Amino acid sequence: MASKERDPLDPVRGRKLLVEGGPSFHDITEQVCTPVEQPGLAWWLAFLPALGGLTIFGASVFWLLWEGIGVWGLNNPVDWGWAIVDFVFWVGIGHAGTLISAILFLFRQQWRTAVNRSAEAMTIFAVICALMFPTFHTGRPWIVYWMLPIPNQMQMWPNFRSPLLWDVFAVSTYFTVSLLFWYVGLIPDLATMRDRATTKIRRVAYGIFALGWRGSTRHWQHYEKAYLLLAGLATPLVLSVHTIVSFDFAVSQLPGWHTTIFPPYFVAGAIFSGFAMVLTLLIPIRKWYGLEHIITIKHLENMAKIILLTGTLVGYAYAMEFFIAWYSGNPYESFAFVNRAFGPYAWAYWIMISCNVISPQLVWFKKIRRNPVALFILSIFVNIGMWFERFVITVTSLSRDFLPSSWDYYSATMWDVGMLVGSFGLFFTMFCLFIRYLPMIAIAEIKAVMPAANPHPPGDH
Amino acid sequence: MPAIFPRWTNKIPLAIGVVAPLVGAFLIFAVWYWWSPLYTDMGYRPKQPVEYSHALHAGDMGIDCRYCHNTVEVSPHAAVPPTQTCMNCHSQVQTESPRLALVRSSYETGESIPWVRVHLLPDYAFFDHRPHVAAGVGCATCHGRVDNMVVVEQAEPMSMGWCLDCHRNPEPNLRPLDQVTNMNWDGSPEQAAYDATKDLERKRMPSPPVHCSGCHR
Repeated sequence: MASKERDPLDPVRGRKLLVEGGPSFHDITEQVCTPVEQPGLAWWLAFLPALGGLTIFGASVFWLLWEGIGVWGLNNPVDWGWAIVDFVFWVGIGHAGTLISAILFLFRQQWRTAVNRSAEAMTIFAVICALMFPTFHTGRPWIVYWMLPIPNQMQMWPNFRSPLLWDVFAVSTYFTVSLLFWYVGLIPDLATMRDRATTKIRRVAYGIFALGWRGSTRHWQHYEKAYLLLAGLATPLVLSVHTIVSFDFAVSQLPGWHTTIFPPYFVAGAIFSGFAMVLTLLIPIRKWYGLEHIITIKHLENMAKIILLTGTLVGYAYAMEFFIAWYSGNPYESFAFVNRAFGPYAWAYWIMISCNVISPQLVWFKKIRRNPVALFILSIFVNIGMWFERFVITVTSLSRDFLPSSWDYYSATMWDVGMLVGSFGLFFTMFCLFIRYLPMIAIAEIKAVMPAANPHPPGDH
Repeated sequence: MPAIFPRWTNKIPLAIGVVAPLVGAFLIFAVWYWWSPLYTDMGYRPKQPVEYSHALHAGDMGIDCRYCHNTVEVSPHAAVPPTQTCMNCHSQVQTESPRLALVRSSYETGESIPWVRVHLLPDYAFFDHRPHVAAGVGCATCHGRVDNMVVVEQAEPMSMGWCLDCHRNPEPNLRPLDQVTNMNWDGSPEQAAYDATKDLERKRMPSPPVHCSGCHR
C-alpha cells in the first residue's frame, strides 16, 4: 500500500482521536454495558474451558497437599522449579496493569483509559495466581501464617532479613493496593450499572458496591484526588514489588543469581511480559465484543511500542549479564553463563533469546505493530519467552553451581505442568467472571477523553 | 427513580464503624485465648488406669518425689515408676484393696500399667530434666502443687513462650538446690528471703539456652 494509513484526529486539539467513529456518550455506555447485561452464548465457550483449567488446578493442589511436594520434579540442587518460575511469571504479568493504570495516569497518557480497567483486573487475577505458588511450594502450607509477624505463644517472629519474607509483604501490599485502585476506579461505573439494572438482584448488588455514588461535583473531586494518590502510591509499588521478587535470586550467592542488575531488569521484564498479556487478552476481546473503536489500533500500537522498549531493555540486560560474566574473571560466573547458552538447558536459553530479544524487534515495522493478528501472535511468543526467562534464571543456575558433585538435571513432572496449566484456568475463570459482571472499559473515564467532553467545542475561540 | 435502599441503610456505615472494632477486638481475644495452650492444655486431667493419688502419697505421707521418679536427677526423662516400686509397699500394705487389682495383676503377669501421660511435649522439643533440677528449678514451678492433686493435671501451659519466659529470666524461679522437691517452698518466707545470686552453694548462675538448638536438636 502506497498511501499511509492515517488515524482520525481530534477536531479541537489536533491530536489523534482516542475513540473513533464519533459515538455519543450514550453509545459508549451501551456498548460497554451490553456484554455484561446480555452475555450471550459465546461467553460460555470461554468460561467452561477456564473452569476445566481450574479443576486441573484444584486436582494438582489436592494431590500436592495429600502426597507432598515430592510429586513435583524438584531435586536437591534444583529445589526451586516450576513453582517459583510460575510465581515470578504471574507477578510479572500483573505489573503491566499497574503500569497502565498508575504510571501512565501520572504521565497523563489518556490512551490508557481504554485499557486500564481490564489491565487492572488482569493484575489482580495474576497476583492471585502468583500467590498460590509461594503458598503451595512450601512443604507445609498449613503453617505459612508463621511468615506473618503475629504475637504468639511460641514468642517466635519471622526473620526480616529474608527476601522471601519481603515477598509476603510486597505481594500482599501490591494485591491490596491494586484491588483498592481497581475498586475506586470502578465505583462510578458500578453506579452506571446500578442505574441501568433491570432486575432487583442486579440493582441491589451493584447498588451495594457503588457505595451510594451519585456523581456530584464533591464526589468527583474526592474521587480524582483519591485516584491520583493511589496512582502515586502504586507507582513505587510496581517498581519495588518486582525488585523484591528479584531479590529472591539476587540476594543469594549463586553464580547466575547474585547480580545487581536484577532489580531493574526484572521490572523491565515484568512490564514486557505484562503488556504482552494485555495484548493477548484485549485483541480477542475487542474483536468479539465489537470494541474496535474504543480499543483502537493506536492503543495496540502504543502497547507494542512499550513492548519494543522493554524487550530491548531485557535484551540489553541479557547482553550485560554475559559481559559481566566475562569481565568479572570469576570462573563460576563465566561458567554459569556458558552453561546457559551451551549446557544441557541451552534449548531453554535459545527459546528465551528468540522470543524475548529477536521477536519484539519486529515491532519496529509499522505494518506489524498495526496488525492485530501479528501482535497477538507476537504477544504469545513474548509470554512464552518470559516464562522461559524465569526458567532459565532459576533452573540453569541451580542445576550446575559451585560443586560439580551436586550437579543435576531437573525435569518437571505432570504435577508441575498441572499447576501451571491450572493456574491459567484459575486466571481465566476469574477474568471471564470479570467480563461477565463488570464493565471491562472505564465508562466514566472514556467519556472524559472524547471530544464531546471538551468544554471548548470547535469554533468556540 | 425510586431509592433502591430504605433510609435506615444510611446507618449501616456508622454501625460498621462501631461494631467492626469490637468484633476485631473479640476475634483477637478469641484467638489469643481460646487457641493457646493456656486454654487448650492447662487443666488436662485424663482418667488413669489406677486411681493413684499424689495427694495421699506425696502430700499426706510426705514421700519425696525422687522415691518414685528416681531418674529425674540423672536422666533427661523423669521415669514413671515401674510396678515394682508400687509393690515395695503394696506387697505389705492394702494387699486386698480392689483399687490396686491392676497393680497386683501387673506384678504377676509382667504387663505394664498403661498410665496416661499428662505432660506431652512434641517430639521435636527435647526437654531434659537434669539441668533444670541441677539449676534449682523446683518440681512445683513447672508441675504445680502435685502434692495436692488427687488426680494429676497439667498446671502450666508448657508452651514455647512459657519456656522462654523462664529461659530469658530464670532467677525468680530458682531456689536452693536442697529445696527442689520441697512442695511448700513457693510463697514461703524462705522463698521471699532467698536471692539466687547470693547463694554460696551455687557455683555459678545458670545460663539457659535461648537459641534453637537448646531444645530443637
